[in-house]
Amino acid sequence: MSLKLKALLKSPWVFHLSTGSCNNCDIETLDCLTPRFDIERFGMLLVGSIKHADVLLVSGSCNRMSVERMKELFEQVPKPCLVVAIGTCAGSRGIFKDSYNCPVPLDKIIPVDVYIPGCPPKPEAIIAGAVKLIEKVGSTL
Amino acid sequence: MTFVYLLVFGFAATAILGLITSWIDRKVTARVQYRVGPPFLQPVYDIVKLLGKETVIPAGASKITFLIAPVIGISGVIAVATLFWVNQLFAGGFVGDWIVAIYLLAIPSLSIILGGFASRNPLASLGASREMKLVIAYELPFILAALVPVISSHSIRLGVIIDSQAGGVFAGNISGILALIVAILCVQAKLALVPFDIPEAETEIVEGPIVEYSGPGLAIFKLMKNMLFFTLPFFLMILFFGGLRLNGINILWTILEYVGIVAIITVIRNTNPRVRIDQAVRFFWGPMTLIAIVAVILALNGL
Repeated sequence: MSLKLKALLKSPWVFHLSTGSCNNCDIETLDCLTPRFDIERFGMLLVGSIKHADVLLVSGSCNRMSVERMKELFEQVPKPCLVVAIGTCAGSRGIFKDSYNCPVPLDKIIPVDVYIPGCPPKPEAIIAGAVKLIEKVGSTL
Repeated sequence: MTFVYLLVFGFAATAILGLITSWIDRKVTARVQYRVGPPFLQPVYDIVKLLGKETVIPAGASKITFLIAPVIGISGVIAVATLFWVNQLFAGGFVGDWIVAIYLLAIPSLSIILGGFASRNPLASLGASREMKLVIAYELPFILAALVPVISSHSIRLGVIIDSQAGGVFAGNISGILALIVAILCVQAKLALVPFDIPEAETEIVEGPIVEYSGPGLAIFKLMKNMLFFTLPFFLMILFFGGLRLNGINILWTILEYVGIVAIITVIRNTNPRVRIDQAVRFFWGPMTLIAIVAVILALNGL
């Protein structure tokens, strides 16, 4: 088990999932891949297929339409996998707390490992969150 | 003894050198894009991680074919790498092993097609059918280019091809240079790298045939790709540069040639956009086949 997780922390391939966000968090997430921040230094790659993913980056406020899709996708990720909530919407629904369309926050639907607050969080904040995730899971080994 | 050859040289040595080659590729790519790039052990971490993940078999997929396709592919690479190592180090080989090598080098593509069609995914089927067209496109110029050293050395044994280049490598002839250019572009397509990554266009059909693979299956496919990334430049070196010369100062020269071929492939991959499948077929059947035929005619006249 420990070797599995150790290798996973050395090469977390991320899958980017938007559950009805306003696109700001998604743009900031993509910024992390640019030469200025270069998260491939830590072995992170953005993958297109959910079957190749190790880390789910969820952004957005989980509206009624996308929740069903998100549950399906979460069932398809090969385990072990980690979930990161990016942005205030994914963390606590933000200004959509009382909206008819966002009934349940993300962490009541799937287990979340790390929250990265901000509207939107800066790429530095996202990288700091990823480092915290690696430290958190690494300390449980 | 055959078992030792297969395990030590065909698998272990090829896998280690393939993983190093894959790191060189990723590092050069990163430097071209002004990035830092992954650490040295990154390809190993990737493979170990994928081996520890869960295998998800898609509903309705052909289960046995889906699981056995990566194994077929990697056994093909191991077999062909063993053939090259035996010819290189132990003067093994047999008459006609050039033909066997050409056949075995087609097996990885076949395994990807098999796995793609077995996984019951529209994107995978699309990728597999594109891979099939690409195989049809690049095989003809690749065989013609690989024929030039056979004509120059008057032998169809890889060992004799290596030995006859002791005086001067075939890459020094006009026919050799032309054939080498064609062969490098065909290797680009065989490895499914940009500009010929049409089967697994990641931004278009998300990795194509291997979209449904996860865990050990994906790990074996990735390892197969990395091993192929070593084996194909090795084949080019046997055909055009007299193999790996491992005596004295020639080791440095060999490493330089090898890293040079890999760097050329990587730079081509980083400076070109992806072409469409019809453009690729036209490119390989038109100019590439013509250049290869010219090279063959020059070689027949002893140039």
